[in-house]
Amino acid sequence: MSAATHATGSTDAGARFGGAAPTGAPEVLLRSRAYWAFHDGLVLAVRNVVKISRIPGLLVFGIIQPIMFILLFAFVFGGAIAIPGGGSYREYLVAGIFVQTIAFAGAATSVGLSEDMSKGLVDRFRSLPMARSAVLVGRTLGDLVRGSITVAVMSLTGLLIGWRINDGVLRAVLAYLLLLAFGYALSWIGCYIGLSVSSTEVAQTAGFIWLFPLTFLSNAFVPTQGMPPWLQTIADWNPVSAVVASLRTLFGNPNPFADGSSLPQQYPIAVALCWIALILLIFIPLSVRKYRTVARR
Amino acid sequence: MPPGAGWRPLAGSAAGVPTFAYADQSMTAMRAQPAPSGSTSGSTHEAAAIVAEGLIVDYGRVRALDGLSLTVPTASVMGLLGPNGAGKTTTVRVLATLLVPNAGTARVAGIDVLAAPDAVRRVIGLSGQYAAIDEDLTARENLHMVGRLFHLRAGYVRARTEELLERFDLTDAADRTARTYSGGMRRRLDLASSLVAKPTILFLDEPTTGLDPRSRLTMWEVIAGLVADGTTVLLTTQYLEEADSLADRIAVVDQGRVIAEGTPDDLKSRVGGERIEVRVAGADVARTVTALTPLGTAPPTAEDETVSVPVTGGGAVLVEAIRALDSEGVPIAEIHLRRPTLDDVFLSLTGHRAEVETPPAPTRGRRR
Repeated sequence: MSAATHATGSTDAGARFGGAAPTGAPEVLLRSRAYWAFHDGLVLAVRNVVKISRIPGLLVFGIIQPIMFILLFAFVFGGAIAIPGGGSYREYLVAGIFVQTIAFAGAATSVGLSEDMSKGLVDRFRSLPMARSAVLVGRTLGDLVRGSITVAVMSLTGLLIGWRINDGVLRAVLAYLLLLAFGYALSWIGCYIGLSVSSTEVAQTAGFIWLFPLTFLSNAFVPTQGMPPWLQTIADWNPVSAVVASLRTLFGNPNPFADGSSLPQQYPIAVALCWIALILLIFIPLSVRKYRTVARR
Repeated sequence: MPPGAGWRPLAGSAAGVPTFAYADQSMTAMRAQPAPSGSTSGSTHEAAAIVAEGLIVDYGRVRALDGLSLTVPTASVMGLLGPNGAGKTTTVRVLATLLVPNAGTARVAGIDVLAAPDAVRRVIGLSGQYAAIDEDLTARENLHMVGRLFHLRAGYVRARTEELLERFDLTDAADRTARTYSGGMRRRLDLASSLVAKPTILFLDEPTTGLDPRSRLTMWEVIAGLVADGTTVLLTTQYLEEADSLADRIAVVDQGRVIAEGTPDDLKSRVGGERIEVRVAGADVARTVTALTPLGTAPPTAEDETVSVPVTGGGAVLVEAIRALDSEGVPIAEIHLRRPTLDDVFLSLTGHRAEVETPPAPTRGRRR
C-alpha cells in the first residue's frame, strides 16, 4: 500500500478502532422481526447463489446428470414401456424426470447444509444478532435457484427429444411453479437430514437414500397400473405421483394416472399442494429447532 | 483518514516482507491500562466488561468447565492461558452466546448472556481458532455479508468494509476468493469480520494458532492496536509468550477452572525464584560456589560447569555476582539472571507443563 492511499478520508475522533476511523458509530436499523428473518435469509441466499457461480463444476455436473437420465430413459426404456391409452413415452417421461431431479436437489441441500455446519463460519453466524432461521432459509432459497437453472436446461433437452407443452403458457407456468414449490418443500426435509447427520460424508449417503424409493415407487417412470395392487396403492399416494400427474395434466402430456379412481388420481393438483404444505409445516419448525440445538461437528 | 494513520508497512522490514503496525498509535501504548477497579474479588462489577461466575459445562460425561469464574475489567486485555482441553475455548463459546452452560451466570457489557443473547451479540466480536470466513466469497463480500447480518445501514457497511480492507492490508486481494489467501490473510479477514460493527468486547480464541512466526507478530501488532483505544479483549492462548506480551492480566485455566489470576509479573513472582546462573570452566566450579554463597538465599548448586544460585534483588545482585567472581579471578563463560517464565508458572501451579498440542477435536454441546 502506498502512503497516498492513506492520505484521503476524514477523521472521526469518536470512532473506536484506533481512534481515526472514518465511519461513525454503527447505526442499527430497526424493523420487525419478520422483516429481518426474511432479510437475513435473503442475504444468505444471495451468498449461496454467488457460491454457485464460484464453483461452476457443481452446477455443470448437477445438470449433466438429469440430461443423461432423460436420454437414457427415453432411448433405453422408451421402446419397452407402453403407455396405457397410448401416447409417446418420451412425452410421458419428461415430467417424471423433472420431479425426480428436483427431488434429488433435496440431497444437495443436505450436503450443502452439513458442510455449512461443519465449518467455523457457522460460529460466526451464531455470534451475530441475525435471525436463527437465516442459515436454513438462505440454503433452501439458494438451492431453489440452482434447481430452477437445472429445470430450464432439462426443459430444453426435453424439447429436443420430442417433449412438448401442449396446453398453453399459463398452465405451463403453473406446472413449473408447482414443481419448484415441491422441490423447495423437499429441500427442507434435506435440511433436517443435513442437520441430523454427523458429517458431510454421511450426508452424501443419507441425503440420497430416501430419494430412491420416493421417486421410483411412483408414476414418474412407469405407469402404476403395472404394479402389484399393494405397491400400486403406495405409489398412488406417493407425493411424487401427485406432482408428476399434476405436471402431465398442466403440460398436456399423456397421463394414464388420471384413469384411476383414488383421490390423488382424480385431484392431483390439490393433493400435491396439500403434500407441499404438510411437508413445509412439519419440516420448517423441526429444522429450525434442530439448528438451534445441534452441535458443531 | 489523515496522513500517517492506518495500517501500513513499517519501514525497514526484513527482505521486503511487510510488517504492519497501527501507525497513528504509539506502540508504547500497546497495552491498555486496566480499569482502576480491576478487582477480581470485589462484589461490584460496574467497571467489568465480562463477569462469569460458576460456569459449568458438560459435554456428555466430560466436564469442560467446572465452576469457572472470571472478571475482565473494561478496556483491558485478559489472557486465558492453559493447555488444550483446559476449557478456554468453552469459556469463550459461553460468553459469545454460542453455548448454554449447564450452570452458572455470565454478564458481558452488563448484559446477561443467558437472558438476552441477541443484545450481547450486538456488542461483541468473535474471532475463533478456525478462520470463520466463507472461502468461496471475496474479502469484500465476506465483510459486506457480516455487516448486512448485523442489520447495519448499507452506506455504513460499504464504508466500513473499505476501511477494514485497507486497515488489514486486504485491499489488493479484496476481490479474490478467500480460498486463495494465505493463513495469515485468512486470520486478518476473520478478525476484520469480527470488527465490522465496532464491538466494545472482542473474543479472540487462539488468534495465532497455526500461524508462522511472522504472521503471528503481525497479528500481535494488529491486536495491540485494537486494544490501544479501549476495546476489551478476552484472548485465549496456549502460547505463554503471547499472553505475556499482549495481556494486562492472565487467568491460568486448568481442568475447567481458573487456578491463578494476576498480571504476568504477579504470576512470575508467585512462583518466586530468580536465579543467577553462571557457566565457568570445570576447574573453577568450586571457587565459584564459594564466591556466590554469600549472595544467595540458599546455597548454590552446581551441575557440570553451571553454577546456579537463588537470589532476590534482580539486576543489582547480578552486578554483585560479577564483581565477586571478578575479584576471585574466575573467568565467566556465561552469566545471566533467570526470571521464571510462564512455563515455570504453569508447572508450579499445576504440576505439569503447559503442553502445546494439536487442536482438539471439535466438541459437542448444547447450542442455541
